[in-house]
Amino acid sequence: MSLKRIDLLICCGSGCVSAGSLKIKEKIQAVLDAKGLLHEINIIETGCMGPCDYGPVMIVYPEGIFYKKVSLDDVEELVEEHFIKGRPFKRLMLQDEEKKAISTQKDIPFYQKQVKVALSNCGYIDPEKLEEYIAQGGYEALGTVLTTMSPKDAIVLAEKSGLRGRGGGGFPTALKWKLASGSKDNQKYVICNGDEGDPGAFMDRSLLEGDPHRVLEGMMIAAYSVNANKGFFYIRAEYPLAIKRIKLAIEQAKEAGLLGKNIFGSKFSFDAEVRTGAGAFVCGEETALIHSIEGLRGHPSAKPPYPSDKGLWGKPTIVNNVETLANLPTIFLKGAEWFSSMGTETSKGTKVFALTGDVKNTGLVEVPMGITLREMIYEVGGGIVDDRDFKAVQLGGPSGGCLTKEHLDVPVDYESLKEKGAMMGSGGVIVMNDSNCMVSIAKFFLEFSVEESCGKCSPCRIGLKQMLDIMERITSGKGVDGDIDELIRLGEAIKQLSLCGLGQTAPNPVLSTIRYFRNEYEEHIREKSCSTSVCLNLMHFIIDKNKCIGCSLCARKCPVNCISGSKEDKFIISQPECVKCGTCMEVCPVKAISKIPQMHPDVKSENERLRKQKENEE
Amino acid sequence: MKTLADLKKIREKAQEEMKLRGGNVRIKIVVGMGTSGIAMGAREVMKAFLEEISQRNLTDVLVTQTGEKGLSSMEPVVDVIIEGEEKITYGNMTPEKVKKVVVEHIVNGKMVSEYVVASGN
Amino acid sequence: MYQEILSKYAPTKDNLIYILHDIQDSDPRHYLSEEAVQAVSDYLKLPANHIYGVITFYSMYSTTPRGKFIIRLCESPHCYIKGSENILKKIKNVLNVSIGETTKDGYFTLELCACLGVCGNAPVMMVNDDFYGDLTEEKIEEIITKLREVR
Repeated sequence: MSLKRIDLLICCGSGCVSAGSLKIKEKIQAVLDAKGLLHEINIIETGCMGPCDYGPVMIVYPEGIFYKKVSLDDVEELVEEHFIKGRPFKRLMLQDEEKKAISTQKDIPFYQKQVKVALSNCGYIDPEKLEEYIAQGGYEALGTVLTTMSPKDAIVLAEKSGLRGRGGGGFPTALKWKLASGSKDNQKYVICNGDEGDPGAFMDRSLLEGDPHRVLEGMMIAAYSVNANKGFFYIRAEYPLAIKRIKLAIEQAKEAGLLGKNIFGSKFSFDAEVRTGAGAFVCGEETALIHSIEGLRGHPSAKPPYPSDKGLWGKPTIVNNVETLANLPTIFLKGAEWFSSMGTETSKGTKVFALTGDVKNTGLVEVPMGITLREMIYEVGGGIVDDRDFKAVQLGGPSGGCLTKEHLDVPVDYESLKEKGAMMGSGGVIVMNDSNCMVSIAKFFLEFSVEESCGKCSPCRIGLKQMLDIMERITSGKGVDGDIDELIRLGEAIKQLSLCGLGQTAPNPVLSTIRYFRNEYEEHIREKSCSTSVCLNLMHFIIDKNKCIGCSLCARKCPVNCISGSKEDKFIISQPECVKCGTCMEVCPVKAISKIPQMHPDVKSENERLRKQKENEE
Repeated sequence: MKTLADLKKIREKAQEEMKLRGGNVRIKIVVGMGTSGIAMGAREVMKAFLEEISQRNLTDVLVTQTGEKGLSSMEPVVDVIIEGEEKITYGNMTPEKVKKVVVEHIVNGKMVSEYVVASGN
Repeated sequence: MYQEILSKYAPTKDNLIYILHDIQDSDPRHYLSEEAVQAVSDYLKLPANHIYGVITFYSMYSTTPRGKFIIRLCESPHCYIKGSENILKKIKNVLNVSIGETTKDGYFTLELCACLGVCGNAPVMMVNDDFYGDLTEEKIEEIITKLREVR
């Protein structure tokens, strides 16, 4: 029996690391060392446990006690209470509605509706230990496939499972494999697409960091099915930890004989390596990705020919997303029927989502397909922050659309979302409450797409920029009648004419917000008003004379000296000079200053005056 | 690693190392090993548990230890945590009492009331 | 001077991106100089303009010298909703630089970047290979002060 009496699992997904979990680990080690307990405690850095809002997060076994928001100041007490006295440290535990402490993960509401398939080991094993992956059943699937199934059998099983690409396309995985395996070429490649660039998506990062061997095993099952003998992990350079973990996993697998010649004594030989990106969102598109691996600019190419026909260096290539590959070991271990028993008619299995925005429990979640938006937002997500009103949810990042209150009972699956003008995408879900301006959000996603456009085709390069120019005019108070129709016209054209997925989907956020929030666009254009006061030119700050005590603090702090007055007359903001920094509102001791939607009449007149002046000069 | 049998060996060894995390563990026996516990014979009690469990080949049972339980008048103290049930705390344990606890509580699911000093958290 | 790095890679076109990363990371000023590009061009037998084409396509490469620490602040929607604009203002204030500029002491370069994938802890920034999340104006001061102490 091992000497260790406690397994301390510290979540070291990038989220908790950015919140300081590595520093906490160091302090725990120091405190345990000082107390002579270091040899009794196993400290394990795991991958993402899921709930980013509770981070830094830890679980202590054998009791399985879940600790949230652990800080450096808590360490001494935690060690004293739990590691020495054996008592769960209540202050760091979650509480239920009756203020009772919640002990373990399975009692936490955040986890109740989740079903972990791809994420089953994340947050539980040490991702740098091959043995821990094997303890959880790792490589059993690969061994069984290689010794008892033919590549054709493997494709049939994948087809029966109903697995669809998890990167956003939703293309049936088995079909992609069939197309590649049909080619008689001797040299074929498998590429794992780890270029997760969607703003708001961190599912793939968590998988690559938290369970790298799972993705490698999935890649090998895919490779066997299409008779490929070489694989590439293409990982974006902004994920240095993921790159490190996958490289380590490859080394470990090589040492253990799981990579190389005649794996598990079969005829299958396979080798894998890591390739990195260099900061280009478009390289998530499969043909652009392939060009990037070839050492070129990441410009997409027209399809056909598809990569399964002519891909990397002209050879048949299958490009599969990280999450797609991560599902394979469990599908091949537990069977196609088990996987297809979850989900809906057309969308089988589970999906990992990155739940962010104005929801109480942000983080990484894995749920069966077909769960409703309501369940995801209110049960898994715990509802809206500050109990404000739900306004909209954006799915699919810059390629996706938004859905509103009326869609809360829509099941989350590929077809149902498409019907409503939204898209599953790679799994980014951003929940918005009523303090958000939908026009501004759409503009942000559009800006992202304009920045990342590779420039190869005109509809995307020029068209998106034209759409952005219109959006900028609208949000700065210069919108005119006809702008909305022009946005729709441009958007539909760009969708039809663009060469690749980036251009074909970039207009979606604008088009879907126009569809469901047209009134907000009209308010911005006709009334020069932003009802949420987000668009700075379409709102103003005002000092309530009745509340103002004349202390002059706002005037003194104002960076542009646009506030004037006196103790008797109270203070007033000169609107045309105001730069909307909000400092006055922050410093007012009596909260006499507030935000009012609407461009102030003085500003409107000033703009009009300047416009006339310019006309006269020309 | 050349065969599925090789993989199985590695898996079983690794699962043993990961037992604390309780993946396949249904019952946890936690022996209080603070200074007072040890002074009253907790180490012998722990040894007795380990022997009984291994003799009966109970693979879903984990025996581990913890620090000061704070019940010094009743040391040695042992917690038995069965999945889905309330924690049962035995007090004044001796190596002789261990066999009865293993046979009646661990194997047959009935706690030995005369040794119980507390239940729940 | 670049031979040690170049010899780690086979002289094939597909190694271009890694060679450029390696050379850039090993230069204390985190950039690709003309000499570096020429050395790569000779080694891979690729025209320099092809290499510049690749460098200018990918946002992580720079042809101008940068600071010891490259601060990449995420400007994507999630971080924006959580206040990245205020963080940007604070960094600009503290360092007295604008976007794309390097501080006079050569310590910090400020850049904006696309989503870093740590959205649960927005707003987020990356400094070289380290991530800092749940940023506030106070944290920025702390982080910059600590980094200044690194030799």
